[in-house]
Amino acid sequence: MPYTIAEKILLAHTDKKEIRPGQFIEVKLDLALGNDITAPIAIEEFRKSGFKKVFDKKRIVLVPDHFAPAKDQRSANQCRILADFAKEQGIKNYFEVGRMGIEHALLPEQKLVLPGDMVIGADSHTCTYGALGCYATGVGSTDLARAFIDGKCWLKVPTTVKFIYKGKLNKWVGGKDLILFTIGDIGVDGALYKVMEFSGPVIRGLCMDDRLAMSNMAIEAGGRAGIIEPDAVTLEYIRPAPRKYKIYNSDKDAVYEKIYEYDLSKLEPQVACPHLPSNVKPVSALKKVGIGQVVIGSCTNGRISDLRIAARILKGKKIKPGLRLIVFPATQKIYLQAVKEGLAEIFVKAGGIFSTPTCGPCLGGHMGILTEGEVCLATTNRNFIGRMGSPGSFVYLANPAVAAASAITGKITHPAAL
Amino acid sequence: MVIKGKVHKLGDDINTDDIIAAKYLVSTDAKELGRYCLESIKPDFVSTVNPGDIIVAGRNFGCGSSREHAPLAIKGSGISAVIAGSFAAIFFRNAINIGLPFLESEDADKITNGDILEIDLSSGIIKNLTQAKTYKTQAFPEFLQDIVKQGGLMNWMKRRKERVK
Repeated sequence: MPYTIAEKILLAHTDKKEIRPGQFIEVKLDLALGNDITAPIAIEEFRKSGFKKVFDKKRIVLVPDHFAPAKDQRSANQCRILADFAKEQGIKNYFEVGRMGIEHALLPEQKLVLPGDMVIGADSHTCTYGALGCYATGVGSTDLARAFIDGKCWLKVPTTVKFIYKGKLNKWVGGKDLILFTIGDIGVDGALYKVMEFSGPVIRGLCMDDRLAMSNMAIEAGGRAGIIEPDAVTLEYIRPAPRKYKIYNSDKDAVYEKIYEYDLSKLEPQVACPHLPSNVKPVSALKKVGIGQVVIGSCTNGRISDLRIAARILKGKKIKPGLRLIVFPATQKIYLQAVKEGLAEIFVKAGGIFSTPTCGPCLGGHMGILTEGEVCLATTNRNFIGRMGSPGSFVYLANPAVAAASAITGKITHPAAL
Repeated sequence: MVIKGKVHKLGDDINTDDIIAAKYLVSTDAKELGRYCLESIKPDFVSTVNPGDIIVAGRNFGCGSSREHAPLAIKGSGISAVIAGSFAAIFFRNAINIGLPFLESEDADKITNGDILEIDLSSGIIKNLTQAKTYKTQAFPEFLQDIVKQGGLMNWMKRRKERVK
């Protein structure tokens, strides 16, 4: 029976001889992840259930990244619950502030996720790791609690939708634009319950950071996973691999629910307007949108290549007076690299701030909350009502180049127009 | 199980940030979370809910963040069940796992704000007492029904452990 890469990974993690879309299965997990918002509920449920020991302390990762460094006392308490549980259970992959990074940048960077893995995370952007050719999907806290017990998860085998990207990308267009364009085309429920498989020559030409940004936002179209078949870029990224992994590819005659084919030669940077990630327009259509804050970072676009792009534009320039520029590298390693390369200095000299890793501003947690009427352009992943603070604020989503250019002019700007 | 209550009608793509804003995610208590349910988009929502009331929404209900605080906040606000045209996948599994009653119905758009519904969860039949209409929905597959019957995923796990013993 022909299978897609997603189906092959699922099958390899069951005790079944074959699987088909729509079937309910239980999969064995290679890794289960929780953070300071979702893990406290999971830990509470685990304790209440009367189970004493987690199934495998090496296969659990706990990252206090959302409200950490703790923004207030109650957040500190939630972070403490993770730290105590990690200590009690002997979980080494607990990342205290100092080692902590935004989970979906941290896990690939630390090589905790590898091709062919089956991963769940109590965080919707767990789909990020699909860029490495694994099946990674977001779940809830109770799913994580159950995974603590026996390392398994129930799921319905999804159908797969294939996206083939062709053409030659324009300057300043990257993975973020591809995924925004795709969500704009199919809608926020365009891939509901489905796996999105990203393929074609354009994908092969993307660096790993751009691929991770794409898979990261599969959930914004309702996708259960956003998978890219591994290639030389993948192998280079995971080298040297700390453990065994398996490369899966889709069969030539695999069955897809739908195939989308796009020629992107004319694509310009994309911007998602308030209040849905699918409300996407080309940047040149938004010349008159004034902004008061620019945020560059997050699990979508807080990686080193994102910071390099932003720094290239901001070098020697000043941001618009009165505008706030908040740059937050996704991990400590990226932070240090950005300091070494002089990127941090460029951001600070331009008038921005360079923050410690945290999910903070992206979800309206801390470090850049918006008040009534404020407009922010962010390289993050969601622009729902009130996402970054006041229900009366406005969030636009774009790539790091557009973000940097817009910080200089104070309005949404095509980097080529500077 | 039969649920009867007044309808609170919502639109498409109600996301989990709408249901419970991130600033309230410093609690895991359903009652506390329930006080802020849907605050960003319907500030008066909680004050108009009577225990047992029902949310009826459009497509893609519960999209966005995986926060289980969202179904907990709905439960904590006094809402007894959610009917929607479709549910986002993570919300769907969270609702199954914590035992928040819900039904997927293509007739959701025919139901209006304030209607009184009577829902039979086991048969999946929705009676609209106000409009004198009946809507049939697809019953959950056996696997999910089993989790729902046990009162959620953790009880289901406990039962399994007992069976193994």
